[in-house]
Amino acid sequence: MAVKSKTPYTLQRRKVVQRILEDRGDAAVVTGIGNAVHDVASANDDPKNMYLAGIMGGAAMVAFGVALAQPKRRILVITGDGELLAGIGSLATIGVEQPKNLSIIVIDNQAYGATGNQHTHTGRGVDLVGIAAASGFKKTALITTEAELEAELPRIHNQPGPYFAVVKVVSKTSPRINAPKDGTYVSRRFRAAVTGESA
Amino acid sequence: MATKKKTDWSKDVFKVLKKADVQQIAYVPDAGHTSLIKMAIADNAIKPVSLTSEQEGVAVLAGAWLGGEAGALLMQSSGVGNVINMLGMANECRFPLLMLVTMRGEWGEFNPWQVPMGQATESVLEASGVIVHRVDEPSEIAETVEAAAKLAFEGGRMVAVLIGQRVVGFKDWTK
Amino acid sequence: MAARRKITLDRRKVVGQLLKDRGDLLLVTGLGAPTWDAAAVGDHPNNFYLWGGMGGAVLTGLGLALAQPKRRVLVMTGDGEMLMGVGGLATVAVQKPSNLAICIIDNQRYGETGMQETHTAHGVDLPAMAAGAGFQTALTVYTAKELSAAIPVLHSQPGPVFIDIKVTDSPQSMTLPPRDGPTLKHRFRENLLGQI
Repeated sequence: MAVKSKTPYTLQRRKVVQRILEDRGDAAVVTGIGNAVHDVASANDDPKNMYLAGIMGGAAMVAFGVALAQPKRRILVITGDGELLAGIGSLATIGVEQPKNLSIIVIDNQAYGATGNQHTHTGRGVDLVGIAAASGFKKTALITTEAELEAELPRIHNQPGPYFAVVKVVSKTSPRINAPKDGTYVSRRFRAAVTGESA
Repeated sequence: MATKKKTDWSKDVFKVLKKADVQQIAYVPDAGHTSLIKMAIADNAIKPVSLTSEQEGVAVLAGAWLGGEAGALLMQSSGVGNVINMLGMANECRFPLLMLVTMRGEWGEFNPWQVPMGQATESVLEASGVIVHRVDEPSEIAETVEAAAKLAFEGGRMVAVLIGQRVVGFKDWTK
Repeated sequence: MAARRKITLDRRKVVGQLLKDRGDLLLVTGLGAPTWDAAAVGDHPNNFYLWGGMGGAVLTGLGLALAQPKRRVLVMTGDGEMLMGVGGLATVAVQKPSNLAICIIDNQRYGETGMQETHTAHGVDLPAMAAGAGFQTALTVYTAKELSAAIPVLHSQPGPVFIDIKVTDSPQSMTLPPRDGPTLKHRFRENLLGQI
């Protein structure tokens, strides 16, 4: 079933991600597969971006590993609702481990945007924020307006975590942005950027 | 090159599934399955089950068979990586399992991250005891699914139909 | 996160009480101790025991509940098994099967592998996750009194319902039910459908 174009939400995913990343400072970013890759690339192709163009369900745990290895740096996950649902158990693992420097931002269009806009569970009553809170996330938020996004930005970037937010966005396809997709290149570049060591 | 003839074979495959008395269709979406998923949702006699991860589907269809219904599991080749341990249950209990897998990571793939799982799909399934029927010709998909359904439900086996990326078409990112 | 309370319930007694008046209930058990518990209180052709497929018990119950909408289906599994397939809670909540009940026998341990702690020993609240997924009824049981109140919910309240029963981690004898998969499948289907 395709998602009906009329949703109660008005935020544009690309603008949301660009706004969040404006204030990123030296944060490292891990993206989930799909639109999140293009959203993050559209803001700026930063060497501290790790674009995951595969491993559906794995973004949060990749970022968790980075968070453990880089405890002084903020690590942001920018991913979609379908990607997070595919690895939802990782919220419990992160809830147990309590990484202070990890923020997970779910850009929730309530659809599998890359495969034909079929409904995900989030459009049908599944509350990811509630599941994150139940998993032990210190701070959670549901963001549906620009004002809420602005209010939440300091917490996204600075609140002792683990932090979790869902941003409800309109389900509309945005143009694809070419992010570097060679995994060896992206991962070596990322590692060099966050460690200061040579690639 | 844009996706071609995306829906033609889907209609025939759906007829075959209906004829095989499939009543539960569990899926993680893939572009190649778009039409089939729509038909499943529109058909009142079919219970569509949207999954968070493909492994759930193997278990759902085990329960369906225990309860007297037949089902099919639709996924993309990347999802095959998620089902391996759960296949052990279907294998040990000889649960019929019909999987329709649309391939990525092969013909004309643009995303290098899809290639490893796409290239491993067939051998991983076979290593897990699944009988694999591969089809690259659109006109042969329905009859292949029909044969696979028979082998699954009557022969009591795990069978996967791999639908080649050549059939599904390239993903057109220019639109 | 749930407040910590003292855990006193004994898993074997809990399961005995749960299945005492089972009627024509169809039971799916997750691998490990819940399977031994069900066997210990009495093997039954309406039991389907998972000996593997970790993370699959709830989904097996879902497929069964969809196929048999007039029969009550109870999934009884452990916290570790549930955590491995926890996305299934969202899948169940979206389907809203009114005849499905899920019961976690939660000892907060991986009992078969050396009693290592699971995430539920560290604040992860499975009923709250179920509620987040969309379950209207999602409860935690600590006491005998709460258990008595929960049993009718599991057997007859319109589902899907989710109940997490906190039990002690004291070891129990292993009572092994039949383990041949085709035998279990045929027995279950024959009793339910009159065919194998």
